[in-house]
Amino acid sequence: MQCMICKQNEAKVHLTQIVGDKMQKVDLCEECAKAKGVNDPAGFSLADLLLGLGASKEIEETAGGEELKCPRCSFSQADFKKSGRFGCSECYQVFAEPLEGLLKSMHKGPRHVGKVPQALQKSRDLFERLKNLQKKLEKAVTAENFEEAATLRDEIKTVKEKLNQVPTT
Amino acid sequence: MDINHFLASPAETTRRTGPHDKIVMSSRVRLARNVKGLAFPGWAKKAERVKILDAIRPAVETLPQMQNAFAQSMDNLSATDKQILVERHLISREHAAKSAGSGLVVNRDESLCVMINEEDHLRMQALRPGLQLKQAWVAIDQIDSDLEKRLDYAFNSDLGYLTACPTNLGTGIRVSAMLHLPGLVLAEQINQIIQSVNKLGLAVRGLYGEGTEALGNVFQVSNQMTLGETETDIVDRLNKVLLQIIEHEENSRGTLMEKKPKMVFNHIGRAFGILANAHSISSKETMNLLSLLRLGVDLGQFPGTEKSLIDELFIITQPAHLQKQFSEKLGAEERDVLRSDMLRERLLRVSRPSTKGIGGGATGQTN
Ligand SMILES: [Zn+2]
Ligand SMILES: [Zn+2]
Repeated sequence: MQCMICKQNEAKVHLTQIVGDKMQKVDLCEECAKAKGVNDPAGFSLADLLLGLGASKEIEETAGGEELKCPRCSFSQADFKKSGRFGCSECYQVFAEPLEGLLKSMHKGPRHVGKVPQALQKSRDLFERLKNLQKKLEKAVTAENFEEAATLRDEIKTVKEKLNQVPTT
Repeated sequence: MDINHFLASPAETTRRTGPHDKIVMSSRVRLARNVKGLAFPGWAKKAERVKILDAIRPAVETLPQMQNAFAQSMDNLSATDKQILVERHLISREHAAKSAGSGLVVNRDESLCVMINEEDHLRMQALRPGLQLKQAWVAIDQIDSDLEKRLDYAFNSDLGYLTACPTNLGTGIRVSAMLHLPGLVLAEQINQIIQSVNKLGLAVRGLYGEGTEALGNVFQVSNQMTLGETETDIVDRLNKVLLQIIEHEENSRGTLMEKKPKMVFNHIGRAFGILANAHSISSKETMNLLSLLRLGVDLGQFPGTEKSLIDELFIITQPAHLQKQFSEKLGAEERDVLRSDMLRERLLRVSRPSTKGIGGGATGQTN
């Protein structure tokens, strides 16, 4: 059997974990096992299995020895190492920094470019419009075009009011 | 309501057709969503999960698309019923293991299914027969847009939709198709295909998803990455890869029939022989042999037999579906006997595979 990491050497280290009701197997050669710090099957982490080998280590290293804990749901770094999942949506703020590198290796890009909830999209659009209007206003003032400036100020006021009404997501 | 009264019979569902359905059995798009400020299902205590379910369930049930839907809390479903839902590919095996605090909403024609408190607060999916990824995406996108007006989603403009597992972050989308690939398996090209699909950042799994065997030569292909790419890009990319896999499967069937028709006829003939005559047969063997019969139907070896019959047998011979037909609890051995009885009975009207005018060279004459 081939090593899952280098795909060259013969796999000598075999790890099996029960995750929920399914079994997951990892087969590594001795060198890769040592390099990834998984030569101790008892200390093997589910985060590594789910997110790729070395995931829990990366989180630990970036955290700089300090044990991170979510103030909202009390989910800790150790919990993450065990389960490979987070406790609540706010955990993402707590673990933002150590997670950054991981996300890069796991996904196509580090930033979301897909669907945005409509309410949020609306406030984004309004914000863009506000920035545009403010630029125009600056120009109008510099050009001493006071009539236009007055109209622009009114418009800015309306957009600001609308922005305040949109619920922030 | 009893889920078994709600679900259409396999005889009916397997008659639904779609583009490329010889090879693509079904298309699916799933979205993962969570509600802001609440613990994810895996971390929430039972009482909290129950509260979350009570908050989310009415939001889903009152969607216009969910009129006359089936909605139930998982603790009100028997183990057999849950397994039936898994065998129908409506819920995941993980969700079948859930009980109080988790729920399920399935729409009338079984094309939309929402799992509440699986790994995320919401796992909603749209299903279509054949290759219809775009249609499935449009349907689930609509449900999601309607739901976001009723629920306060956990969303962050950098990371997108926030999910329990960082592997689903961003779009929370999983686009997948279930493919029947007996040609590539018989031609021993399947591993090559799986490897090149993996290189494109797509996953290939077995019949029941993650960590399962490719029973009956059925493979699930899906995206793995969810962040940094738009939903439509993911759908388009998978669609392109699927069209290529379809072409490879068709090519390998063509080559096999040209170069090794005897080998193919032998497999299909033996499969028919066993299925139509066995007096005890396991679920696994049944699926693997039915796959060959399905190939035989595609190749024209069973004139007058519809692919839907094979697909129906594929479903009703599985353990929970079989159990459901008998009132007393069956052991595995009893099931194997009853399964073979059912197969013999249902295959009575199917004539043995013909080789007339099929395949390369003069092989047709030997019939
Ligand atoms: Zn290695
Ligand atoms: Zn948290």
